Amino acid sequence: MNTKVLIGYASCGIAAGAGEVDRALRSRIAKRSLDIEITKVGCVGMCHNEPIIEIHDPNGVYVYGDVEVSDVDEIVESHLVEGVPVEEKLISSPEESYDYFDVQEKIVLRNSGVIDPEDIGDYIDSGGYEALKKVLTEMSPQEVIDEIKNSNLRGRGGAGFPTGLKWQFAANAPGDEKYIICNADEGDPGAFMDRSILEGDPHAVLEGMIIGAYAIGASDSYIYCRAEYPLALKRLDIGIEQAKEKGFLGENILGTDFSFDIHIKEGAGAFVCGEETALMHSIEGERGMPRPRPPFPAQKGLFGKPTNINNVETWANIPWIIRNGAEEYASIGTERSGGTKVFALAGKIKRGGLVEVPIGTPLREIIYNVGGGIDEDLEFKAVQLGGPSGGCLPAEYLDTPVDYETLTEAGAIMGSGGMIVMDECDCMVNVARYFLDFTQKESCGKCTFCRVGTKRMLEILDKFTHGSGTLEDIESIKNLASNIKAYSLCGLGQTAPNPVLTTLRYFEHEYYDHLQEQTCSAGVCRELITFTITDACVGCTRCASECPTEAITGERGEQHVIDQEYCIKCGACHDVCPVNAVEVD
Amino acid sequence: MKSSQPKKEKTREILNSFTSEESSLIPMLQACQKHFGYLPRVVMEEISSYLDMPLSNVYGVTTFYAQFRLEPLGDHLVKVCHGTACHVRGADKINELLENELGIKSGETTPDGTFTLERVACLGCCSLAPVIMVDETAHGNLDRDKVKAVVEKYRGDDK
Ligand SMILES: Cc1cc2nc3c(=O)[nH]c(=O)nc-3n(C[C@H](O)[C@H](O)[C@H](O)COP(=O)(O)O)c2cc1C
Ligand code: SF4
Ligand code: FES
Repeated sequence: MNTKVLIGYASCGIAAGAGEVDRALRSRIAKRSLDIEITKVGCVGMCHNEPIIEIHDPNGVYVYGDVEVSDVDEIVESHLVEGVPVEEKLISSPEESYDYFDVQEKIVLRNSGVIDPEDIGDYIDSGGYEALKKVLTEMSPQEVIDEIKNSNLRGRGGAGFPTGLKWQFAANAPGDEKYIICNADEGDPGAFMDRSILEGDPHAVLEGMIIGAYAIGASDSYIYCRAEYPLALKRLDIGIEQAKEKGFLGENILGTDFSFDIHIKEGAGAFVCGEETALMHSIEGERGMPRPRPPFPAQKGLFGKPTNINNVETWANIPWIIRNGAEEYASIGTERSGGTKVFALAGKIKRGGLVEVPIGTPLREIIYNVGGGIDEDLEFKAVQLGGPSGGCLPAEYLDTPVDYETLTEAGAIMGSGGMIVMDECDCMVNVARYFLDFTQKESCGKCTFCRVGTKRMLEILDKFTHGSGTLEDIESIKNLASNIKAYSLCGLGQTAPNPVLTTLRYFEHEYYDHLQEQTCSAGVCRELITFTITDACVGCTRCASECPTEAITGERGEQHVIDQEYCIKCGACHDVCPVNAVEVD
Repeated sequence: MKSSQPKKEKTREILNSFTSEESSLIPMLQACQKHFGYLPRVVMEEISSYLDMPLSNVYGVTTFYAQFRLEPLGDHLVKVCHGTACHVRGADKINELLENELGIKSGETTPDGTFTLERVACLGCCSLAPVIMVDETAHGNLDRDKVKAVVEKYRGDDK
């Protein structure tokens, strides 16, 4: 086997510096005239170790993490020229493999970080478009739909609607012009599953869509993708071109009389456009505002035609199900929900990244076994699932399996897969306020309770974070919450109170601390905290030079003092102090 | 005041590659903003006549979406991520530091036209929080020193 080198080249890798590392690597390999191919691949999931270089040599796979430009020469000289791996930089080797992937099961992310996403040949070599061939030559549209029904696949965009059933509705709808939509709007702020899938394996999504179109009888489609994802957009463009060249897309696909096209629409930055009816209005060129259902998209969707809309991850599962069979897929996961779910694990976690686990895996396994536990070994406080529509679960719920029903019962939701871990330094009132601020700004304004109710609720939460909340305010929040839920048209309003309600349910004492004791034990709410410098201060003067209001005085080498009158509680001193002498109370 | 004629002509040129259907409106606005950096009134007027759609309708769609701006941008657009992961990792502090460093508030442009500062929700690199994006480049795992270094780097570019 020839030695080859892979470099993680998704947005996460690039943000961590993969571009510079890639250039250094290429130039060194060229200088030494080594005949080694370097492939840029998508995200392998270990975002916390980016930039990542993988070397596949006759002994196996060696993974280098946190690679800096200054490490490149040594890796090339030692590993590629002399065959001696550089131990200190290795995170995984044939002798000692990284346990990050132990609990994981890769279906959707099977190719991500493995193949070159800009080369359809790589996708085909790994079995890509086999499923499409199988469908077109061996299966009737109804057989495809039945297969998806039997797989127990449920929509990964949040609501978890059974995918096969949805396809059946669209297939049954009268009309010979039908549309397919891929929802790549990924609005949850703090989630990046869909981005990684599109960047790492765009053809899996395209192939899924083509199969879906055949099953439903659609001839045209749109991928609605966030404009904030330039790399995903570029790779989709390349993918569509290449699929057309190979005859997988366009007129008379693979010589059959089935024709299908895919267009890309760039989103324009509105969270509510992730909602299916708003999304369709946006494609039609209007303000992205939801409308009542029924009629459902399957009856009357895009441009008034029957339309089937699925999330990126839902589509990416399809080729695997067709190739490996519904039974195989359904055997993974739970009885009510087959397969795996991809989570974007981030926040106060040691090893954040992309995680794909069977549905039903307990939260604890994801956070501790995959994520390695809480950063800096602080105390776990909560895990937030489902973004602005979801909720925060406390430590008592760590053994909850991740599936649609259990999480909903607990007050959170499966959501699209954002999973943010919080520690003792996070204030739950502040977090609730954060999400409400988000939904309040993103409300399209159509429904009064969503537009004005969220605003009133935000004002009340502001009172809490300022220490001026009252007991009646807690009642008002609960009242507002039930009205907003009841009188909002779309999911945005209906779920907007969730982050507030779950924090009230599990962390009520924090609300009371804010209103009765005027304290924020996490040290977040500015009006309720004071910064002081202890005698651990070594007088390095860093805090004084960093303070934007010059509130800190002291001679070099002597203990510094904060003048509380000028302090704006920005916390800069606390962040720069090399000896942790700044205390928050 | 400068004539808006060149802008008008350029807009026409851009619009000619689109069909005059309502569904072209957003892609048209995107293409014009890509060229001009923002959407001046003449552009919206041109689109309105091209699509035979009331100007108020064009304006209504433009202001609905966060992507579209009615004011010109600085040379460098600094986007501060306020997604959940970045929020719990101190995005507010990063924002405050940038406001101090640049001497402007979020949403504003420096008087010399070098930087525009903007708040955004999630850049999709949450494991590297806190993250900012300058133009097309994301910078992750930031602390105060790194933020200052990034600003200096772009300041230096223009000298
Ligand atoms: C406010 C709001 C935002 C949404 N955002 C997204 C999104 O970003 N991506 C997504 O796939 N679905 C989103 N959805 C769900 C979609 O409306 C729709 O249910 C989903 O795309 C269906 O695909 P699925 O069955 O494959 O999950 C959102 C829903 C609401 C109410
Ligand atoms: S619930 Fe909110 S976002 Fe949804 S339609 Fe009503 S106002 Fe718009
Ligand atoms: S939350 Fe900042 S990049 Fe996602």
